[in-house]
Amino acid sequence: MLHFERWKIIAIAAICLAGIVFAMPNLFSKQTVEGWPAWMPKRQLSLGLDLRGGAHLLLSMDTVELRKDWLTTLRDDVRKKLREAKIRFTGLGIVGDAVQVRIVRPEDVDKAYDALKELVQPMGNAVLGTNADDMQIEKVGSDVLKVQPTEQGLQQRVTSAATASVETVRRRVDELGTTEPNIVRQGQDRILVQVPGFDDTRKLKEVIGQTAKLTFHAVHPQVTAEEAEQTRVPLGYKIYPSAEGDLVGAYVLQEVPVVSGEDLVDAQPGFDQRTNEPIITFRFNQSGARKFGRFTKANVGEPFAIVLDNKVLSAPVIREAILGGSGQISGNFTVEDANNLAIQLRSGALPTSLTIVEERTVGPSLGADSIEAGEMAALIGTITVAGFMIFAYGLFGVFAVVAVLINLTLIVAVMSVIGSTLTLPGIAGLVLTVGMAVDANVLIYERIREELRSGKTSISAIESGFSKAFGTILDSNLTTLIAALVMFWLGSGPVRGFAVTLSLGIFATIFTAFTVTRLLVSLWVAAQKTRKIPAPL
Amino acid sequence: MFKGVDFFPHGTKIPVMQMRRYFIGISLIAVLVAIAVLYFKGLNFGIDFKGGTLVEIQRKSGDIDMADLRAKLGALGVGDVQIQGLDATTDALIRVEEQPGGETAQQDAAKKVEDALGEDIEIRRIEVVGPAVSGELKQAGIIAVSFAIIGILLYIWFRFEWQFGVAAILALFHDILITIGMLALLNFEFGLTEVAALLTLAGYSINDTVVVFDRIRENLRRYKKMPLIELLNLSINETLSRTILTASTTFLAVLALYVFGTEVIRGFSFTMLFGILIGTWSSIFIASPFLLWMGVKRDWSGAVAKGSPAAGKA
Repeated sequence: MLHFERWKIIAIAAICLAGIVFAMPNLFSKQTVEGWPAWMPKRQLSLGLDLRGGAHLLLSMDTVELRKDWLTTLRDDVRKKLREAKIRFTGLGIVGDAVQVRIVRPEDVDKAYDALKELVQPMGNAVLGTNADDMQIEKVGSDVLKVQPTEQGLQQRVTSAATASVETVRRRVDELGTTEPNIVRQGQDRILVQVPGFDDTRKLKEVIGQTAKLTFHAVHPQVTAEEAEQTRVPLGYKIYPSAEGDLVGAYVLQEVPVVSGEDLVDAQPGFDQRTNEPIITFRFNQSGARKFGRFTKANVGEPFAIVLDNKVLSAPVIREAILGGSGQISGNFTVEDANNLAIQLRSGALPTSLTIVEERTVGPSLGADSIEAGEMAALIGTITVAGFMIFAYGLFGVFAVVAVLINLTLIVAVMSVIGSTLTLPGIAGLVLTVGMAVDANVLIYERIREELRSGKTSISAIESGFSKAFGTILDSNLTTLIAALVMFWLGSGPVRGFAVTLSLGIFATIFTAFTVTRLLVSLWVAAQKTRKIPAPL
Repeated sequence: MFKGVDFFPHGTKIPVMQMRRYFIGISLIAVLVAIAVLYFKGLNFGIDFKGGTLVEIQRKSGDIDMADLRAKLGALGVGDVQIQGLDATTDALIRVEEQPGGETAQQDAAKKVEDALGEDIEIRRIEVVGPAVSGELKQAGIIAVSFAIIGILLYIWFRFEWQFGVAAILALFHDILITIGMLALLNFEFGLTEVAALLTLAGYSINDTVVVFDRIRENLRRYKKMPLIELLNLSINETLSRTILTASTTFLAVLALYVFGTEVIRGFSFTMLFGILIGTWSSIFIASPFLLWMGVKRDWSGAVAKGSPAAGKA
């Protein structure tokens, strides 16, 4: 047990040295490290939001709304297809989770079926060999056709909406000028937003929260909202409430917009030159400008409505054709509203509204306090444990302390290299590792003492101390490792940070106990001048 | 050369097994009390599991006027608002219960509280957990604890005879139950980090038990004729120094965390501190009596028993 081959000594020394080299950048400031020559390792521990401060938001997509939106689009598509095929139909509408339509002439039913079939998109997966359509068409009775989105189709919609939402949210957060925001999809319908160093969650929430679906609609020439409410809404039109959400100031608008926010290329906050009121100026792309120009030219003297998230912001009268493709939106904005809305419009609309289901924000001052407290606890913890070990085991105690220090260095080095995050519970994991790592030394040393008491020579006591403690040390560390792995698997954020340091600590403990400590002891034995080695403990 | 102070008495002959009825009795009472506390008082679940809002605040100009704050927040109509002063008298924790009305209602309540605090108070931390997430976290917590216990059980079973496994797991349940009972009794908030502490404890508290069991197994091979009671006593006494010393080092490290750590890990470090004490108690006084009660295989001739790769143990 005490003999080391030369290459083993070199390997152990190399690992410890690598640990020191890779952990070293953490002792210096970021600026200093950046000034180092290129060949030196520069990666530092990344601190969790709980230590550096920052905002953490978990957003949930509204899948119900997504389903509803899809059905509405589907209904419009069905109408368009049947009209194109010159098939007469009645009773087109959404029934439950499907679109239904009644075909007037029985001989048209098959033709209608074929026409609608064109709407179906296959979602084959060449690799998996699976084959499914995003919707299915069924005949109900003799003359009714039912178009029903499939579950797979919906999943695909949710996935693509999530991807689009992540992109949109990222653009919006980037507009806030923060560094390294982390925006990822989580699970089926959730988006995790983490913005380090940013604790104005209110602003963050305002910017992310609104769907910002901007559309321009034609206003019904005669029917007012009140009339429509009392009688019936004309076909193809819909009542849109005012920005305050009530019926006063509501309009009857054509449901299909003239131009929508997708055609915007720019939106900027500004002030109206006459009234000095905050406004947003915008510019369309070519196709948007063409559509808008054609519409305004044909409707001079008529009002049109600017609608944001299905609420009418304003409905100005068209004085002349707007051909340049730019314009401005006013609507009782505050300066901040105008700023936020401009950001939202620039970054595009969200496919669906997002609800905040979890928020955890730590201010930078608390983060700094936590780091300080963590450092203090780690320092005092290490000193106390080191003192205890040296008191109880003398020189061998010093060996244990050296092993623990190397242990910590290795953990920090590995964490820096793999880029895992240090959280406050993670620091707790480090401190705990200090306490648990020396347990291995205690087990070895106590065994050595026991063997010495039973009359063995120093050398053989040391030998059997190491060999007999091995199994116990492995057992005790593996049970803790099981717990740590479960935590890593199920935990999130800070708890996961704890699981990481704890597991790394366990591996480092097993390594240092059986290489570093053993090597130091064997060097000590080799350094003894007398043939009869004195009892070390 | 300084050899260190071998201060722990060796060759102790504490008749643990003869006194086992007292020790088991004490533990049984503790477990019953823990169950009663959990049943009648219950755990003080944090927002991780219960949903709601937690705000940590600091007043910029002087101490917090608790009565004023209570009056202000009580008038908001957001239900039960708890205010807890922290070590620094300028700091406080505000807890708002989960609001009826789904996810957005939590955000609205948090906003109301923020607005009511005013300019002079800095918000240092705000956590809002809605019903969906708290439900999931609760489920994850339960799964984690069960999986960890099952994993540890399987490991011990694989390494030892089944009697050892069952005895170790009984001791583990004992440790965890009493620790949770203590958390409930002292009204510690029970959140994700406390679950993490319990999981760590599950892994750690079994360590001392393993040290004793390893020695029992070793002695079973060495003293084939010794009565089991004597053999268990011998093993416990032989390993007493390491059981206590290993627990002491970890205890010291966690004590530093408890004393110097912030509010966020106070519950965590307390759980570990108390758990280490209970774990040591059960390793010495509880696990082995369980073993006696279940009986163990005495014939180890052949010696290639389960877990033989690491034959003799410390």
